Amino acid sequence: MAMHIDIPVIAKGGLTLLEMRNVCRRFGDVVTADNVSFTIEVGEFFSLVGPSGCGKTTLLRMIAGFDSPDSGDILLDGKSLLRVPPEERPIHTVFQSYALFPHLTVAQNVAFPLRMKGYSQHTINTRTAEVLMHVALIGKADYLPQALSGGERQRVALARAIADLPRILLLDEPLAALDAKLREQMQVELISLQRKLGITFVFVTHSQAEALSLSQRIGVMTQGRIEQIDDPARIYGFPKNRFVADFIGHCTLVSASVTAIHASYLSLATEKLGQILAPVTTAVCVGQQGWLALRPEQLRIGRVGEFSHFPNRVRGKVDDFLYIGDVTTYIIELDSGLRVETMLANSAPGRVHFFDEGEVVELAWPAEVGCFLHE
Amino acid sequence: MRTSATLWSIALLVYMFLYIPLAVVVLFSFNNSELNAQWVGFTTRWYTVLLEDSDMLAAAGNSLLIATMSSVFSTLLGTMAGIAMHEYKFRLLPALVLAPVAMPEILLGIALLLFFRQVLDLTLGFWSILIAHMTFSLGAVAMIVQSRLTGMDKNVVEAARDLGANPWQAFRYVMLPLIMPAVTAGFLVAFTLSIDDFVITFFNAGVSIKTLPLQIYSMIKVAVTPEVNAVSTLLMAVTLTLIALASRIVPDAIHKFRTD
Amino acid sequence: MRGQRKWGASYMNNPIVSKKKWHKQARIDRITQWIVSVPPHLFLVFFLVLPACIMVLASLRYPGEFGGLAPLWKTPGIHGVAGLTLENYRFVLGDLVFVEILLKSAWIAFITTLLCLVLAYPLALLIAHRPKRQRELMVLFVILPFACNFLIRIYAWIIILGPFNLLYSPFAVIIGMVYVHLPLMVLPLYTNLEKHDPLLLDAARDLGAHAWQRFWHLTFPLSLSGIFAGSALVFIPALGMFAVPELLGGTGDIMIGNLIKEQFLESRDWPFGATLSLLLTVTVLAVAQFSARFTQRELT
Repeated sequence: MAMHIDIPVIAKGGLTLLEMRNVCRRFGDVVTADNVSFTIEVGEFFSLVGPSGCGKTTLLRMIAGFDSPDSGDILLDGKSLLRVPPEERPIHTVFQSYALFPHLTVAQNVAFPLRMKGYSQHTINTRTAEVLMHVALIGKADYLPQALSGGERQRVALARAIADLPRILLLDEPLAALDAKLREQMQVELISLQRKLGITFVFVTHSQAEALSLSQRIGVMTQGRIEQIDDPARIYGFPKNRFVADFIGHCTLVSASVTAIHASYLSLATEKLGQILAPVTTAVCVGQQGWLALRPEQLRIGRVGEFSHFPNRVRGKVDDFLYIGDVTTYIIELDSGLRVETMLANSAPGRVHFFDEGEVVELAWPAEVGCFLHE
Repeated sequence: MRTSATLWSIALLVYMFLYIPLAVVVLFSFNNSELNAQWVGFTTRWYTVLLEDSDMLAAAGNSLLIATMSSVFSTLLGTMAGIAMHEYKFRLLPALVLAPVAMPEILLGIALLLFFRQVLDLTLGFWSILIAHMTFSLGAVAMIVQSRLTGMDKNVVEAARDLGANPWQAFRYVMLPLIMPAVTAGFLVAFTLSIDDFVITFFNAGVSIKTLPLQIYSMIKVAVTPEVNAVSTLLMAVTLTLIALASRIVPDAIHKFRTD
Repeated sequence: MRGQRKWGASYMNNPIVSKKKWHKQARIDRITQWIVSVPPHLFLVFFLVLPACIMVLASLRYPGEFGGLAPLWKTPGIHGVAGLTLENYRFVLGDLVFVEILLKSAWIAFITTLLCLVLAYPLALLIAHRPKRQRELMVLFVILPFACNFLIRIYAWIIILGPFNLLYSPFAVIIGMVYVHLPLMVLPLYTNLEKHDPLLLDAARDLGAHAWQRFWHLTFPLSLSGIFAGSALVFIPALGMFAVPELLGGTGDIMIGNLIKEQFLESRDWPFGATLSLLLTVTVLAVAQFSARFTQRELT
């Protein structure tokens, strides 16, 4: 189902750098890009996120120039890129496997785009040193890639791609091969680098958590379609449909129908949760069928009778819990049979949980949280 | 990667360069003329002449006999060498096995000639040719078998031993069936090498015996008639069939024809 | 003979098997090792190493009266000289003619190698980028002419060049040499090029490299070890060639191989021939060492 996405709410600078216009691409029976249209602003950190096979890598390749759309256009600064080969586009890619040239040293790898452009040796040397400083690899300039660790190689790949200051930097799951701690470090480095240099980043990942933490705007993709483009808070708080709600963060989805519309909230009838009050986030009419999305952290868990002041309350038994260190996630089985996730911060160190398995508890939430979705 | 037209055209030219001369040889074997200079007319008489040429038939017979015996023995020894090289890390054996392949043939031919005459005081003839052929065929078989072994799952043979098989049983029931394609390919390659060999045979044949390549050589030097083309065509046909067979049996063994 | 035992290693780590049985197993393994290794070693030592030693020895002897080698010891009733001598070396190295012929042979071998490289590289490059099925077929078609009899391949050029009066010339020799050796250059090149990561080419392209730049800065340097391997495989046999110059060349196109052949089959001055052979061997070993140094550095 085609969706024409609106130009998003928050844009830094507001200047459109790249525009994808009705881009379509298919491989045999599989549609990897289904009439995709969106824009990317100058200097922003934009993420494309979605499950494997959703088409995000295809879009990236088309922007880089390694693939062309079957129909539609890709415009940079208003000019079509379609006839421009990859080597002539001011767009560079950081590949998932880094693709460092094994026969060149770190410095030579980084200097590569500058050499291709034909800069003077002096310029090349200065620029290379500068970039290596940015990624803190100046000490290993004469090493060969084989002698570096995974994290270091990643930084070389990054340095190489920004050496000649491209307009856009495409990053294809660059942190996928790194371990968790290194990943976190690199994420911070990436953000600071992007801010320092002001280069537009287009970051592709299948990790929604990564996209949320890094980007200024996120595009959620599935099956060749962009479902929603928004800044992280709005993607998380006001998902447009079930897919986005489910893919970004954890959520509980129940089918619901609108029974009444009030000034600032809706009355919903749900099978599993009873009568619910939810905020008005989209245009609805009475009797409309849809879904209610609830995030775990939005649900308060407590003893029975603790939350009499909340309009939305359900009762259930603790079925299981997951201790992660800073929070404990409880799985509650409601009387109606629905299993719901909820989180509780661990304020008492050394204590794994507050509620025991099998304990009867009450879940409650105010009318201001939750999201009614059409589809 | 889209390959450019220039690359394709050069490649095509190279293939043509490789095959047109051979095609010419085949074509002129049907030339109704004493000389190879011009095409006169189509005939198959040279093949009849060939079949009546007793020297040629004797040479062919010798070649076949030597090739068969040489391939049998060198396949045996070569397989053993291949297994030995793979299982045990010898330093000397790989060098010995590869030397005949990497050196100019003339050196091996001369060395063997000196050895046969001076040390063994052997009259050059059937046996000297046979031994010479075995020496260089052994290496080829060993290489093919060894590369097949490196591509094979190591644990299979160990598993057999672990389950109680003695070395012979492990070899017979596990390793041998797995390397059989390589052994067969090695046999066919050894056969081809033997049938085709010129330089080494040249120095070790003596005066009494002739193999097919030697016979062709004397014909080229003395009197060139399309009979040479005819025997060449037949020889090519045999060789091509054998190689095509070998490549069918072990596609990757052909890849390992490289020496490094 | 040195070697590591690999079979039956699991027995060493198996605590359940009794020590006695382990020893017996180890003994069987050792016997197996001997059975498998001894015959090929024996054969090759006898028919490869020994002949090589004989050749060295032969270069130090006098030529026999009726050809062949003079005896090592003086026996009564036998005429002529006996014993060891360095005369042959003095002869070979003293007269520049022989060194000249060796250099000329090296030059011809070098030209051959260069031409083979120029012709083989595009072909190898093309094959390396084709899908797997096509690749194997194309490689097979490169090998097939090589499998044909060496003499036939030379003979073909006798037929072709004859009518054009190009026979018995340096040109004919070069064409013959290139023709005979070309497939040997293609294979190592192809094997190397096939292993190149295509993503690297994409990365180079992404970073602004045009087609020729991609070749020169990426493909070519990464293929150097293949180039050296192929060049060695062509240069070394080419150096010792005699059939091509003899059948396709004129009297002025003689190579060291021809000289050696002459000594052994016509002049019957075996010591001299042996000395020349050793000269050739030393050159070949030097070239092999030189190229081995470059092929060791695998950069992929």
